[in-house]
Amino acid sequence: MKYSGAEITIKLLERQGITTIAGIPGGANLPLYHALSGSSINHILSRHEQGAGFIAQGIARSTGKTAVCFATSGPGVVNLLTAIADAKLDSIPVVAITGQVASSFIGTDAFQEIDTYGLSLPITKHNFLVRSAEELLTVIPEAFRIAGSGRPGPVVIDIPKDVQNERIEISSWPLPGMPDAIEPIDDSVIRTAAQMINDAQRPLFYIGGGVIVSEASSLLREIIHEFSIPVVSTLNGLGTIADDDPLYFGMLGMHGARAANELVDSCDLLIALGVRFDDRATGKVSEFAPDAAIVHIDIDKSEFNKIKKNHCSVRGNVAEALSLLKDLLVKQQRSGWDAVVKAGESKLIAAQTKEGNVLHPSNVIRFVSSIAPGNTIITTDVGQHQMWVAQHYPFKHPRTLLTSGGLGTMGFGLPSAIGAALAHPDRTVICFSGDGSILMNIQELATVADYQLNVKVLLFNNGHLGLVRQQQELFYNKTYMAVKFIRNPEFAVIAAGFGIRSVTISDPSGVTKALPELLLQNGPALINVIIPHEYNVLPMVPPGAANRDTIGD
Amino acid sequence: MTSELLTIELNVANHPGVMSHITGLFSRRGFNLEGILCGRTGDGEKSIIFLLVNDGEQLEQIVHQLEKLYDVESLIVHKKFNPEAFTEIRSSLGIA
Ligand SMILES: Cc1ncc(C[n+]2csc(CCOP(=O)(O)OP(=O)(O)O)c2C)c(N)n1
Repeated sequence: MKYSGAEITIKLLERQGITTIAGIPGGANLPLYHALSGSSINHILSRHEQGAGFIAQGIARSTGKTAVCFATSGPGVVNLLTAIADAKLDSIPVVAITGQVASSFIGTDAFQEIDTYGLSLPITKHNFLVRSAEELLTVIPEAFRIAGSGRPGPVVIDIPKDVQNERIEISSWPLPGMPDAIEPIDDSVIRTAAQMINDAQRPLFYIGGGVIVSEASSLLREIIHEFSIPVVSTLNGLGTIADDDPLYFGMLGMHGARAANELVDSCDLLIALGVRFDDRATGKVSEFAPDAAIVHIDIDKSEFNKIKKNHCSVRGNVAEALSLLKDLLVKQQRSGWDAVVKAGESKLIAAQTKEGNVLHPSNVIRFVSSIAPGNTIITTDVGQHQMWVAQHYPFKHPRTLLTSGGLGTMGFGLPSAIGAALAHPDRTVICFSGDGSILMNIQELATVADYQLNVKVLLFNNGHLGLVRQQQELFYNKTYMAVKFIRNPEFAVIAAGFGIRSVTISDPSGVTKALPELLLQNGPALINVIIPHEYNVLPMVPPGAANRDTIGD
Repeated sequence: MTSELLTIELNVANHPGVMSHITGLFSRRGFNLEGILCGRTGDGEKSIIFLLVNDGEQLEQIVHQLEKLYDVESLIVHKKFNPEAFTEIRSSLGIA
C-alpha cells in the first residue's frame, strides 16, 4: 500500500505508543496535521509553540517516557526552541517534529524558512533533516532510540513539506525505536568504588536527576539505611529520598540547606550519583567538598572530570551500579560521622519550622502540602517561589517535582503542568508561579480551560521580579533597576476571561479558608496570593562564593 | 603555541550536517581547534576527519564529547603524526 511521508510519520508515532501530541499547525506541517486527523493520537492545541514544547516536557518528566510536540517551520520552530534547550539541559526525552519548506526552497529564504537544523544543533541530543519519505522509516524509530537511551535528551526531526507529501509503497513497518540495552559496569571499577566507600569515615551521597531517570530511588533508600550513609540532593533530585527521612538533608548549593552544605564540607568521600556538578550546586568549585575523595557514578562519561577531578569514575546506569554496590558494601561503625549527621538533622528541623506570617510562601507551601493529595505533582516557574518550593515542599516520591533546573526558564510551570495533568488525569497538579513568570506563558490558561484539566496555579504575587530584586538588594547596593512592575494585571479578571475559577488571598484567613476550598475542587483554578515583596530566599550563597559562606538562616 | 599538538582521527557518516556537528561542538564548548582535514573514504558513505588539537587538560573532554556525537563512528588519538599535513596544505594540493 502507498503512504505519504506524513502518514508514515503518524503511523510510526502510533506504533511508538504515542497517545498525545501537543503542537500548532501551519503551512509547512499541514500534511502532518491532515494525516493526524485520521489517527487515534490525541492532539493538544497549545496557544504558543513554547507551550507545546513544555507540555511535551511535562508528559516526559512526569512519566519518564519520550513525548512529542509539533511545530511549523520558521516562527513555529523559533518559538519552540526555548523548550528544547530546556529539555537538553535537564536531559528530558522529547521528540520535536517540525515542518520545513519544500526541499527545493531550502536555502532560498523562502516564506517561513529557517535553518532549523543549524538552530537546533547545539540544543539537542541529535537532530535530523529528512530528505525522503523512505528515510522516515529509519529516522523516526532512531529518534526515539536516541531520545530515550543512556542520558536522555531532545531530538528534532525536521521534515520538508515535499517529503511529507511524497508517496511510497510500504509493505512492512520498522520496529519502534527502543532505548539501548544497559551496558554492563566494569567489575574492577565498581569494586574500587565499593572499597572507597567501605574505607571512608565520612561518606555522603550527592544525588541528582540521574537517580530518577534510572528509577533507582527505592534501591537507594535501602542502601542508605543499610549502610547509614546520609544524602544531599540537587534541585532535580528532589523526591528521590523522602523529605522526612532522617538520613536526608535536603538540597545543597546556592539556596540549599545549611546542614546539607555543611555535610558536603566535612565529608571525606562524596559519592556523586547521576549529577553533573552544576555551579548552582557546587558554589566555588575549588572549595566544594574540600576534604573529600570523589566517586562519580553516571551514565554519561563526559561528565567525569568535567568540572571537578574525581578519584573513581563508574560509568553506567545508576540503578545497576547501586545494585552491584549493595552486595559489595560492608556495614561500618562510624560513630564520629553519625554524631555529625545527628547534629545536622536537628539543625535542619530547626531551619524548617518557621513561625511568623501565615502568608510567607514557605508557610503557604507547607500548608498546601498538608492538604494536597499525597500523589500531587508540583511544577514551578523560576524565581524565589521556585526556591521556596524546593526548600519547603516535603517531596516524598520521584517525579513529583517538575522544575526547570538547568536552563531556569520562566514560563516553564504552567505548560509543563498541563503535560503532567494530561499524562495523569487522576492526579492533582499544582503549578507554583510568580507574577513575573506566569505572564510568560499565560496564554496556556486557554489550553487548561479547553480540557478542564486539574491544574491549580498558585501565584505568589509580589509585584516584582523577586529573585532579581533580591540579588540587587544583596549584591548591587539596593539599586533597584527593572524589577518592580509599574502595574500588575488583575489576575482574577484574567482567570475569569479564560473561564477559570480564581481567588485572591491577602490575609491569613484566606489561606486557611478560601485556598483549600479552591484547591480541593476538581478542575482548573488560579489562586493569587498577595505577598510582601521584601521577603528574601534564604539561606543564600553569594554567586561565586564557597558554599560554606552561606548568608541568612 | 607552547603545548604539544596531537591529531584526532574521526570516522564519520558522510552527510551534510556532520561538519557542523563537529565544529559546533568546538565553538560551543570553547575547545581550541588548530586545524581540520577532511575527505571521503571508500564508496563515499563515510568520511574521515583529522582534527589538530592541543594535548592539554581539555583533551579528555574533547574526546568524550566527540564520542557522544551520533555520526562519529570511531575515534583514534594520534600522538605521532606528520604536522606538515596541516601546515603544507597548499603544496600538498599542488597549489602554488
Ligand atoms: C525566560 C527568563 N527570563 C529571565 C530570567 C531571569 N530571572 C530569573 S528569576 C526572575 C524573576 C522571576 O520573577 P517571578 O516569576 O515573579 O518570581 P519571584 O522571584 O518573584 O518569585 C528573572 C527575571 C529567567 N530565569 N528566565
